[in-house]
Amino acid sequence: MSFSISNLACARGGIPVLEGVSFTLEAGQTLLLRGPNGIGKTTLLRTIAGLQPAVHGSFTPGADQIAYAAHADGLKATLTVTENLRFWADVFGCDDIEPALVAFNLTELRTRLAHNLSAGQKRRLGLARLLVTGRPIWALDEPTVSLDQESVGLFATAVAAHCRAGGITLIATHIDLGIEAEALDLTQFRAARTSEDHFDEAFL
Amino acid sequence: MIALLIRDLRQATRAGGGFGLALAFFLIVTVLVPFGVGPESAVLARIAPGVLWVGALLACLLSLDRIFALDFEDGSLDLLATAPIPMEAVVVIKALAHWLVTGVPLTLAAPALGVLLNLPQGGYGWLVLTLALGTPALSMIGTFGAALTVGLKRGGLLLSLLVLPLYVPTLIFGAEALTRGLAGLSNATPLLMLAGITFGVIAILPFAAAAAIRINLR
Repeated sequence: MSFSISNLACARGGIPVLEGVSFTLEAGQTLLLRGPNGIGKTTLLRTIAGLQPAVHGSFTPGADQIAYAAHADGLKATLTVTENLRFWADVFGCDDIEPALVAFNLTELRTRLAHNLSAGQKRRLGLARLLVTGRPIWALDEPTVSLDQESVGLFATAVAAHCRAGGITLIATHIDLGIEAEALDLTQFRAARTSEDHFDEAFL
Repeated sequence: MIALLIRDLRQATRAGGGFGLALAFFLIVTVLVPFGVGPESAVLARIAPGVLWVGALLACLLSLDRIFALDFEDGSLDLLATAPIPMEAVVVIKALAHWLVTGVPLTLAAPALGVLLNLPQGGYGWLVLTLALGTPALSMIGTFGAALTVGLKRGGLLLSLLVLPLYVPTLIFGAEALTRGLAGLSNATPLLMLAGITFGVIAILPFAAAAAIRINLR
């Protein structure tokens, strides 16, 4: 299992933000994506997740191997913790949600409505979804926002376990996560701002 | 896919889920019309088919913007797009959930509300049949409209404007089949047209709606 990006260029709202992004990750590796606001961390992750097409370049394996976690957790306020997680487990064909609940310390909250969770608890539930996807590559966008120190520890443990099992993790973050991992600064891939218009994008 | 349907239905029946919204609106329309046009039973009987159909259509329209907007706002639409369910299936399930939550209750409640409008005897069977045939089309077309406007904040106005003209054929053939059935005429043609529209949109629009969502998520 390895994940490689070659010469990938991506755009946000028709404006090119990154170009020439290339790297390869082996099984068990974690990569932290760094860079100032607006450099294209989210755009890169959304492109990898298959939510938007790459301008050019490619990555393997494709989006069907990637579990994406965005800024929003995708929780339904009127459903309980178990119902929310059960739903994603069913979608991804996973039978047992118990390990995910345990890993993110949600067992005592299982009958609580998502509406009544704190921001950090919601985030933990959002991250627990990753464990039920069963996908080998995690693409995470600022996963530790609003988590306390202890929960960041739970997250680091989950990432470490995922990597030990041969998984690959990509994390876009500004926060120190306490995870030993390589960091990649995306500033070097900043796309040259040209006056060239992207006509096909404009018509969409 | 079943999980998505169960989730949507469960949400609809929880607080603020909008399960009763369409039904309440339909009730209000049919209760208010007799006050507006006066109590003459002959007049009411004549306009009943049209009013019932327009009422059902507007009630359907009311909850359309929730179909994808809520999922878009809380991020689950992004996550669904990356899930191993094809977007076309998501669209079909969403439309089905909308129909089960609005179309089916409207169809079942319509006969009771027909009494308020003095719908002539013999029309009740046709009323249920035409609504049962027509409301799936309303949900499917509405889901397509919701997919087109999914990324827009306060897209409700645009959604209504987009969807209303597409609802017109369903309304015409639905009300016409009901009126002819009441008058004892043959209504096979409008019924077939109504069924044709329903099956046609169910066959085509999931693909169009899925494409619209993919573009809107970029």
